[in-house]
Amino acid sequence: MSEKLKSTIKNIGIPRFVIVTMLIVIYIAAYFLKLNVPRLLSDNLVRMGMNGVLVLAMVPGILSGTGLNFGLPLGIICGILGGLLSIELQMTGIVGFLVAMMCSIPIAIIAGYFYGKLLNRVKGSEMMVGTYVGFSIVSLMCIGWLVMPFKSDAIRWPIGEGLRTTIALTDFYDKVLNDFLQFTIFGVTVPTGLLLFFFMMCLFVFLFLRTKTGMAIRATGSSNKFSKASGIDVDKSRMIATVLSTALGAIGILVYAQSYGFFQLYTAPLMMGFAAVAAILLGGASAHNAKITHVLLGVFVFQGLLLVALPVANVIFPQGNLSEVMRVIVQYGIILYALTKAGGGQ
Amino acid sequence: MGEILLQLKGISKHYGENKVLNNVSFEVEKGQIVSLLGENGAGKSTLMNILFGMPVIHSTGGFSGEIYLEGELVDISSPVKAMELGIGMVHQEFMLIPGYSVAENIKLNREVLKDNLVSKVLGKDFKTLDAKKMNSDARVALDKLEVGIEEYTKVEGLPVGYMQFIEIAREIDKKNVRLLVFDEPTAVLTESEAENLIKAMRIITQSGISIIFITHRLDEVISCTEQVTILRDGALVANKKTSDTNIVELAELMVGRKIESLKNSEENRAMEMNDIILSMKNYKVGMPGELVKGIDLNVHRGEILGIGGLAGQGKIGIANGIMGLYPASGEVLFNGETLNLNKPIESLKRKLAFVSEDRKGVGLLLDEGIDINITVTSIQVNNRFLKRYGFFTQLDLGTIRSYADGMIKMFDIRCTGPDQKTRRLSGGNQQKVCLARAITLEPEILLVSEPTRGIDIGAKKLVLDALIDLNRNKNMTIIMTSSELGELRSICDRVAIISEGKLAGILKPNDSDAKYGLMMSGKTDIPKEVM
Repeated sequence: MSEKLKSTIKNIGIPRFVIVTMLIVIYIAAYFLKLNVPRLLSDNLVRMGMNGVLVLAMVPGILSGTGLNFGLPLGIICGILGGLLSIELQMTGIVGFLVAMMCSIPIAIIAGYFYGKLLNRVKGSEMMVGTYVGFSIVSLMCIGWLVMPFKSDAIRWPIGEGLRTTIALTDFYDKVLNDFLQFTIFGVTVPTGLLLFFFMMCLFVFLFLRTKTGMAIRATGSSNKFSKASGIDVDKSRMIATVLSTALGAIGILVYAQSYGFFQLYTAPLMMGFAAVAAILLGGASAHNAKITHVLLGVFVFQGLLLVALPVANVIFPQGNLSEVMRVIVQYGIILYALTKAGGGQ
Repeated sequence: MGEILLQLKGISKHYGENKVLNNVSFEVEKGQIVSLLGENGAGKSTLMNILFGMPVIHSTGGFSGEIYLEGELVDISSPVKAMELGIGMVHQEFMLIPGYSVAENIKLNREVLKDNLVSKVLGKDFKTLDAKKMNSDARVALDKLEVGIEEYTKVEGLPVGYMQFIEIAREIDKKNVRLLVFDEPTAVLTESEAENLIKAMRIITQSGISIIFITHRLDEVISCTEQVTILRDGALVANKKTSDTNIVELAELMVGRKIESLKNSEENRAMEMNDIILSMKNYKVGMPGELVKGIDLNVHRGEILGIGGLAGQGKIGIANGIMGLYPASGEVLFNGETLNLNKPIESLKRKLAFVSEDRKGVGLLLDEGIDINITVTSIQVNNRFLKRYGFFTQLDLGTIRSYADGMIKMFDIRCTGPDQKTRRLSGGNQQKVCLARAITLEPEILLVSEPTRGIDIGAKKLVLDALIDLNRNKNMTIIMTSSELGELRSICDRVAIISEGKLAGILKPNDSDAKYGLMMSGKTDIPKEVM
């Protein structure tokens, strides 16, 4: 029995086993603390769907050898730009969402191209450079948001210059995916459209990785020398992966925003890359290898932990200040734990 | 006969199953220069590692045999112990700190110290350097070698020749040094620098220090040593007085071995010598450590051409340059048309395939399965194993798998299945995967580098048989680069010997050992009696 257990744990990987066990324990605690568990589960599914594409954006980068894409805020900002354009054009509903995607993808491709050029020049320290690219672009856009010539009242401050810090999507495409074919079972609300969209994106990436180009990207990530000897243009593969990752980041933030109900401008995208990195690492990926299953498991567990730990901590420590401290400790604690597993959490 | 300084008795060593030294004994007299001669892999480095008590020896189960120093049995358990016993080594790579002065480098970690106020209170770690004494010590050592450099100049920017001398100065500055080992010291030096070095070695021996001189330049052996010890395949083959021997005999002893005949006794196949498939003119490759410095060589259609030579002489660079992996220049004609160098994809598309000597780095995707490893290059180069859906392609996993299954059967690759990761395969099986990947490209010329390095004897035979089979039955022209002369001579039609980045000559497999030995040592003026 214990032998069998050991081999099962080894197959799952100890870090993943620890974190999944922790999630289950917290859910059980929530049940005994008389929290609304079905509601928590519903929220968990929503959070999974809304963050999923952002986490998926990590996969091409990891497989092409550029590592974890800490420069994700770049893609996020491209997505927000596309989203604002669609609002400016007065598009609403699912059409608005699709127009937002159509607008943001070309922007993301251009931005990703230059980002890819940069990453090809700093081989070996892509992750550090990417982190600062993310920080820089967010700071730069803090000025950008102030001077952009958007006209829509939903986007601009009513008085003064510049764009709002949060832009409500209530009149545009708030929850268009979440509400699509949504149903409730045992008190758990399933955001069908949101999850379907996420799974579709996963399928797209999965199929892409099995094309000739996808194969070249995987080979590049495994061994630069091998790829060169097989006639693969290493820089081009890395470039394609970076562009794809940036575009997925852009789509990811649109999915996130329609579920959340707001676009958040200025410094909000700053830390979003870290959450995505933490999620995929918790799912079992390393800086060199990632699978779609890592994305699915990672985003569910990471978001679940953040979501459930907070109300549980709230009940245990009723003092207002302490629970906020707990939230920060839990969130960054998980991210830190995940980062220690970047070498491959087996 | 002088006084014996060092005596090695019955030294044997094996790494796992692999016996690298077998009952080697030799002696070094006081003040004598003894040369240790042998091909790559003959066991020279292992012997020296034992002499220095290197950790690699003790962590792999130690060795058997005895070492006597001035008649006393010694146990050299660590490099520190070796130093205490007065054994010094001049390294092939320069272990010098560029930013330090010559004197500081010579005195590194053996600095002369003097007291100051702080050190009297806080102990010896706070003593100041006695720069004057250090400089004068260094001067003495440098003067002994008759080197004119100032002891206070920085090592940075000094010519390579001088760096070698600083290393030597460091060793002879050690007061108790009795035995110095020079590991191929002349390999990086120009001819005049090498002469100076040999002069310096003579000066050192006058003070009673003995020298073991490892080299493969035979004329240096003849010119400066008194005693020659020759190793071959881990065994001692000869121990001769230099005055009793000559360059030809040394070459023969160094190379000589039975030729295992793999070829089915169809010696000297009739070759269409006019049909040239690949021709190189003034061909140069900038592969670090294996520079090719201008070669003219023709490859005939249908032959197996061997490329041999010692390590670091440039033989490895030739194939790497043709495949575009390292910057190459010069004119290369393939089937009469110019081959654009430095473009791997062009070489692959023109039906050249390569099995690299760097199996784990260049040859394999270690974290992918056997099936992907075999097919990936053909997918990228020839669009094989793909299904097309408009703009979209998908890997044809069914075909890939069944193709891989066929290859696994053909080469007898021992694995759990076609999806097993190549990282988990043994060296021989990994090599078979590399070979399978190359022939999947259906090449006209197959370039194979070090096909049998690090694989066991059974797999070796299989790989070589497979090469012969491809050559005879599929009409592939094969260019095989190898450090193992025996292997080259057993399957090749011609063997080109590369020395110092240039073509030393082309030999037939049944040419004499002496001829091979001399050519590999870079001697071009081969004595008549050998020809």
